[in-house]
Amino acid sequence: MSGATNRTTPPRTVTRPRPKSTGASAHSLGMLGKMGAYLKHHRQVGFETLRNLFSTLLTSLMTWMVIGIALALPAMLYILLTNLGNLGGEWDGKPRLSLYLKAGTSEKAGIALSENLFSDPDVAMASYITSDSALAEFQKNSGFEDVLASLPNNPLPAVIEIELEALSPAETKLKVTQVESWPEVESISVDLEWIERLFVILALGERFVMALSMFLGLGVLLSIGNTIRLAIENRRAEIEVVKLVGGTDGFVRRPFLYLGFWYGLGGAVGAWLMVQASLLFLSEPIERLLLSYQEEFTLIGLGASETAVLLGIGCILGVLGAALAVGRHLHRIEPQ
Amino acid sequence: MIKFDQVSKRYAGGKEALSGINLELADAEMAFLTGHSGAGKSTLMKLIIMMERPSQGQVFVDGANLNRLGRRDIPGIRRNVGVVFQNHQLLFDRTVYDNVALPLTIAGYQSREIGRRVRAALSKVGLESKEKQFPVALSGGEQQRVGIARAVVNKPLLLLADEPTGNLDPELSQEIMNLFSQFNQVGVTVMIATHDLDLVRKMGHRQIVLSKGRLVA
Repeated sequence: MSGATNRTTPPRTVTRPRPKSTGASAHSLGMLGKMGAYLKHHRQVGFETLRNLFSTLLTSLMTWMVIGIALALPAMLYILLTNLGNLGGEWDGKPRLSLYLKAGTSEKAGIALSENLFSDPDVAMASYITSDSALAEFQKNSGFEDVLASLPNNPLPAVIEIELEALSPAETKLKVTQVESWPEVESISVDLEWIERLFVILALGERFVMALSMFLGLGVLLSIGNTIRLAIENRRAEIEVVKLVGGTDGFVRRPFLYLGFWYGLGGAVGAWLMVQASLLFLSEPIERLLLSYQEEFTLIGLGASETAVLLGIGCILGVLGAALAVGRHLHRIEPQ
Repeated sequence: MIKFDQVSKRYAGGKEALSGINLELADAEMAFLTGHSGAGKSTLMKLIIMMERPSQGQVFVDGANLNRLGRRDIPGIRRNVGVVFQNHQLLFDRTVYDNVALPLTIAGYQSREIGRRVRAALSKVGLESKEKQFPVALSGGEQQRVGIARAVVNKPLLLLADEPTGNLDPELSQEIMNLFSQFNQVGVTVMIATHDLDLVRKMGHRQIVLSKGRLVA
């Protein structure tokens, strides 16, 4: 063959002798240009994957919904917990007691008693509520006006509400027994216990939410993994060709990782929408309910940082699920 | 460009596809690989682009001992070898342009350079007017030419073709072979596996004959 002589004058379109290298096309591609092309390819693949997802919108939406529901559930529980925590959090560690006075205790005696209590250095606050004003307030907030109005006399006792200084539980108990023994006091209710219980329940709830989140996260991981597996299967021919013409594993992997990313992000956005919509739906009755317990309360939804965490978790789960599927299935596909 | 040194390939199950192959193909040489079906032509080609690994012996491509290369090196080898298949291996959901551009995209070329090279490759195979079409819209011969354009777009030193004219009529086959000949004349090493002995005789290049996994000529 006369090829050897021809090689010295190569025409434009075909080959010229190159330095021996197995590396990718060393010529005319500077490091910078290569980096630029690499980033551009990332951008291209990212957008292309997203475009493909939108071109099969119904299927994509269903996947997003599945992931969204799995993410929304723990997010809702988290919101429930933070709000319950806030409810308890308004309690500043100072036990509150309600002393229900015996019927027939005069207003004067009641006020004297509350002043007496207030002079105790262990008592931070004491206020006397007459049975009439207790009734008025109850009528206002409970919605039982008619029933209450039909009663012949006021069934409510006068109350002294006191707030103790921050005491240890033992000291609090001592104080309670001491006050309970006073002749004017019919009974005493301590709001300490329900708060203690609430915090235990919240701690339990937190664990529960964590465990549930873990399971649901695993579910998201698997469902994204499975979706990606199908996508890999659908594009088997393409993968073979790409590998055949020198595509690296990274190149082959890239679109699937992006697909996982978009599934995760889309799912998280879906979850956010579901959560916010549910809150909108729930906030009004919840606030009304709490108002009847005389709590000024606003339902706190997902803030900016929580939203970022939710979206971040979605993306991470998406990429991770895709990486798992890709790791398991991609190397099996080799050109035949 | 290619050197086989005592190469044998035994598949799982015991079938020996190639035994004791010694073969050398010089830079810028063109050769036909012939032999019956199952003689080992495809296996020999697969060894060159590392679709298979030899059971024994060593394969050298452009001076590199393929035995010494790992999985990660495979893309690098394949980027320097253009491959044409009987069944084209085109992507039917992409345009002709995108199909031909694939090796360049993979290698990280910038789009302007890709455009220039893809058009050059397409004009070389006479399909410059079809770049926006999808492979389905093309005839068998045209599809094969797209495959060839894709194989040469990266300016490989070595061009392998496995039965590139398998489905084509004699006239088209001749055209395709002439195309390979043209690439060879500008310095590309070309190896073509084919059944078409008439065509081989007409082209008059070196002939490598395999029979039952052994080199007979």
